[in-house]
Amino acid sequence: MLTVAHLEGSVQSNFKKQLDSILLNFKQDRGNLIPILQQVQHELGYLPGEAMQAIADFLHLSSSTVYSVSTFYTQFKLVPSGRNVVRVCRGTACHVRGSASLLRDIERRLGIKPGETTADREHSLETVACIGACALAPVMIINDDVYGRMTTTDAGKALGNYRANKETEMKP
Amino acid sequence: MLKLIINGRQVTAKNGMTVLQAAQEAGIYIPTLCADPDLEPHGGCRLCIVEVEGMRDMPTACTTTVSDGMVVNTETEAVNKARRTVIDLLISDHPMDCLTCVKNQRCELQEVAAYLGITERHLPMTITERPVDDSNPFFTLDHNYCILCQRCTRTCDEVTVVNAVEIINRGYDSKVSTFGDKPLMESICKSCGECVVRCPVAALVPKNNIIPTSEVETTCPYCGVGCMMHLGIRDDKIISVKGSRNSQANNGRLCVKGRYGIADFVHHPQRLTEPLIRKNNVLQEANWDEALDIVTEKLSGYSCDQIAVIASAKCTNEENYIVQKFARTVLGTNNIDHCARL
Amino acid sequence: MKTENNFNPPEQVLNATDRPRIVVGTATCGRASGAMKVLKTIGDELKRHDIDADVTEVGCIGLCFAEPLVDIIKPGKPRITYGELTPQKISSLIEDYLINDNPRPDLALGTIGEGSIEGIPRLFEIPVLRSQVRITLRHCGHIDPEKINDYISVGGYKGLEKVLTEMTPQQVIDEVRTSGLRGRGGAGFPTATKWQFCYNAPGNQKYIICNADEGDPGAFMDRSMIEGDPHAVIEGIAIAAYAIGASEGYIYIRAEYPLAVKRVLFAIKEAEAKGFLDENILGSDFSFHLHVKEGAGAFVCGEETALMASIEGKRGMPRPRPPFPAQSGLWGKPTNINNVKTLATVPIIIDRGGKWYSQFGTEKSRGTSIFALTGKITYMGLVEVPLGITLHDIIHDIGGGVPNGKKLKAVQTGGPSGGCLPANMANLPVDYEELARAGSIMGSGGMVVMDEDTCMVDVARFFISFTRSESCGKCVPCRLGTKQMLDILENICSGKGKPGDLELLEDLAQSIKVSSLCGLGQTAPNPVLTTLRYFREEYEEHLKYHHCRAVVCKELVTYSIIGEKCPGCGLCVRECPVGAITFIGKKKPVILDETKCTRCGACYSICRLGAVEIK
Repeated sequence: MLTVAHLEGSVQSNFKKQLDSILLNFKQDRGNLIPILQQVQHELGYLPGEAMQAIADFLHLSSSTVYSVSTFYTQFKLVPSGRNVVRVCRGTACHVRGSASLLRDIERRLGIKPGETTADREHSLETVACIGACALAPVMIINDDVYGRMTTTDAGKALGNYRANKETEMKP
Repeated sequence: MLKLIINGRQVTAKNGMTVLQAAQEAGIYIPTLCADPDLEPHGGCRLCIVEVEGMRDMPTACTTTVSDGMVVNTETEAVNKARRTVIDLLISDHPMDCLTCVKNQRCELQEVAAYLGITERHLPMTITERPVDDSNPFFTLDHNYCILCQRCTRTCDEVTVVNAVEIINRGYDSKVSTFGDKPLMESICKSCGECVVRCPVAALVPKNNIIPTSEVETTCPYCGVGCMMHLGIRDDKIISVKGSRNSQANNGRLCVKGRYGIADFVHHPQRLTEPLIRKNNVLQEANWDEALDIVTEKLSGYSCDQIAVIASAKCTNEENYIVQKFARTVLGTNNIDHCARL
Repeated sequence: MKTENNFNPPEQVLNATDRPRIVVGTATCGRASGAMKVLKTIGDELKRHDIDADVTEVGCIGLCFAEPLVDIIKPGKPRITYGELTPQKISSLIEDYLINDNPRPDLALGTIGEGSIEGIPRLFEIPVLRSQVRITLRHCGHIDPEKINDYISVGGYKGLEKVLTEMTPQQVIDEVRTSGLRGRGGAGFPTATKWQFCYNAPGNQKYIICNADEGDPGAFMDRSMIEGDPHAVIEGIAIAAYAIGASEGYIYIRAEYPLAVKRVLFAIKEAEAKGFLDENILGSDFSFHLHVKEGAGAFVCGEETALMASIEGKRGMPRPRPPFPAQSGLWGKPTNINNVKTLATVPIIIDRGGKWYSQFGTEKSRGTSIFALTGKITYMGLVEVPLGITLHDIIHDIGGGVPNGKKLKAVQTGGPSGGCLPANMANLPVDYEELARAGSIMGSGGMVVMDEDTCMVDVARFFISFTRSESCGKCVPCRLGTKQMLDILENICSGKGKPGDLELLEDLAQSIKVSSLCGLGQTAPNPVLTTLRYFREEYEEHLKYHHCRAVVCKELVTYSIIGEKCPGCGLCVRECPVGAITFIGKKKPVILDETKCTRCGACYSICRLGAVEIK
């Protein structure tokens, strides 16, 4: 369930400076709400409650309004993602070429559903509507690397390369 | 003035009016669940769709402005079929406990369903148990009944400009909520209850739901704005409060104090209803003549500048005006202040 | 005529000067296929052999099936396009061709331009390209999208110069009217009429928006267009701005397209520096500022009014029309919104004339259109064809038909708003009217080919699942109707369908179509309605016999081990997540317990011997 994640104490002092330097680039104009949210998420990896509140104050909006916009768009993450973000493309071309079973297999390997993060914060799983690399269907993206023409076996191998701790074995 | 034809009848309307307003003014009923006279047209519930000659699709009456010579049909088979689907969809996602629902007989969804002749459920139930926000002392937000007409969120934006409640998430997962999806009492909600007044179903309902037997119109005693209100009376007690549209000061609106703070205050056992005079160190009930005599007698022992007057926010503007006039011309002092300034 | 219409780019871009030139396609498709590794290898190899050559990165020529693509142009030789390269292949190619003069016909796809090389066909005569008429895509894959001079050298910004020096806004609109150009974003509204509305609307401040929020799953035409030729889009926007009288413009582009965003931002900077944007463009009184707004992941923002709400910093919720954006759009001002492909076609219409453009296509659907041809098709990629071409010609002549000896079952056009047309309608001419009559739409150009391994009920479920999760939730029919349709389809796909479900589905679909607020809801039922219309027997098989002929619906299939084929290697035993397969000894077939099996398919995909059967 979506709620609001708060900053951990250790990053709080730095956060204010970081946020201020982002806001410095924007006019106090409602039209900048989404670009600001995008920039903040780009810097912090997600949108902590404190950031949404500060953006609301900056743009003279209510915090609920900012939250309402943040929860409308799938790009915005309200909780931090895992170290590796695995995205499975669910576009039509990918679907026709087996992305549903690819996704099921990755869910099984990671033990999480799309939108979730593993307990060790190693992987987050997401689906994406279409990345437009349809000719390579089915497509999987890990962080910024695009993997085309995936089979379940290849996906397992690829996932294995993104583990900080290679000792703990990935489910076959 | 424009002339248009609705259901074969000649109707006149003012420039800029919507088809819905023109029809309502002519006494023609068009079902709707998201339109509200205080709010901007929304077009979300799709119940007020009509057929307009020369227009391709079926436009919503609430968002279409009238034009001269327009020919509107509000009751065609196609229109009513689409409306029935909307209601079918809504009731498949809404509890079916009308008899025990607080809004029974006052529910707009019930009214529209009856108008369209819907007597049974055609679609499988999609509703699952949703949480109830019971945190506010005056009203409850029950997501199970919510039909997402957005009257509450639009009220909070357009009428009160607080924006405490908004729609969060999207599509089927949409819900009325606050920053961080927190309970209302942890949000910036001012508990004014304007949203509750406009909720067509039992999603936002006052905790006190007793129906009054008579109504009295009066002015709110809480501050100088002078909001007019209807007090709902039952068994000689105030049991509900409704904003009155007869006053330009509030045009039907009230704040949390006026809406939810009157009955407790009026019927409070400690409320002073008679003047008290301290005799032998004990405050004793007296009548107004006695009390005013004492005040006159004591005030005459002081010179003008030794006297100061503090007026009350619970008086009306007119009363406060009289107080300062009295202080300046009768008591001869400019030492006058008002508690709302503090 | 065909070669002429393929607009071979002029010499200076195409040919090598005094040294070889290597051109690498580094659009998203190319990158996903390993183009960046190939690019790095090229650099390393040139250094190693001490060869002096130019290396250029270009966008996508549309031959996605053959990515990564590299073109090599040696002085005095025609340009050769090579496909499916790997670091190994490119290093041997550099050695073979650049040092030893062996052009390696085995790796080559074709030659471009004057002259020929034995054993290598001419690129634009290979079947994939022969029937194409590349007008809008003419520069993609030929010019460096990050060099404005490349664009200028092929006649770029000549259209803008022409309108600013020789034409009134009304003349520009009239020229576009003559061309017959219609909106390439989906609905096919005549572009000139749209511009005229906005031009006629009173007001000093007007906006132009380029809709690059290509949300259709299975479509990537706009991405390729921007990655390959961003200046054509910018020039088109500037011309449109001049025509309608807009001084501010936005490109609303998906954040999921990082490379396209990067390239268009860079292109705008270059265009500003050259005086094609900003104050007093090319010394005229016309000033125009162009901004980029990134979408944030909402399909509904492809809808005009939702897109504008998003630019205004709000939830992307559509609002009823009228008022139309031409009267009251962005921030309440007259606004014109066009798709990327529509705008990218404008410069050449201005340059060569509307009459010239109108010779392509059919009477009501003029010109060419770009399709992303994907799915079960041999040559996947981006194709540009004259409107009116048949589905058959696109699928068989250009796409090379369905691979692996499978039969064509259906073609899906128009994404979640479109429909699935059956194989027996392959002779249908592709234009706005014909597709609409068949229950589909032209859409923005996604064309997904489906073979007999595709379950049409599952396809309907897939699209409704998409629209359900992309519905903004504002209006009841779309919010709750897509949920109801999805529930019914999921029941049918899992064998829990009830008699009457198909009639209910049809009824719901019709009502949602007429009563939804915006285009998303109004077209969401199309995939259901077309599959019900053309593939009803597949629905009935699922419903009555719990049978999925394409063996796609997981709850309706069973897994079994073919004894003769299984050597008992035990790979599947290890792979099975629920312990449904038991090892009983080497050279003995494994045993699969159907009651435990969750039909996840893990055994099927790991078995190399085809011993796992799905029925």
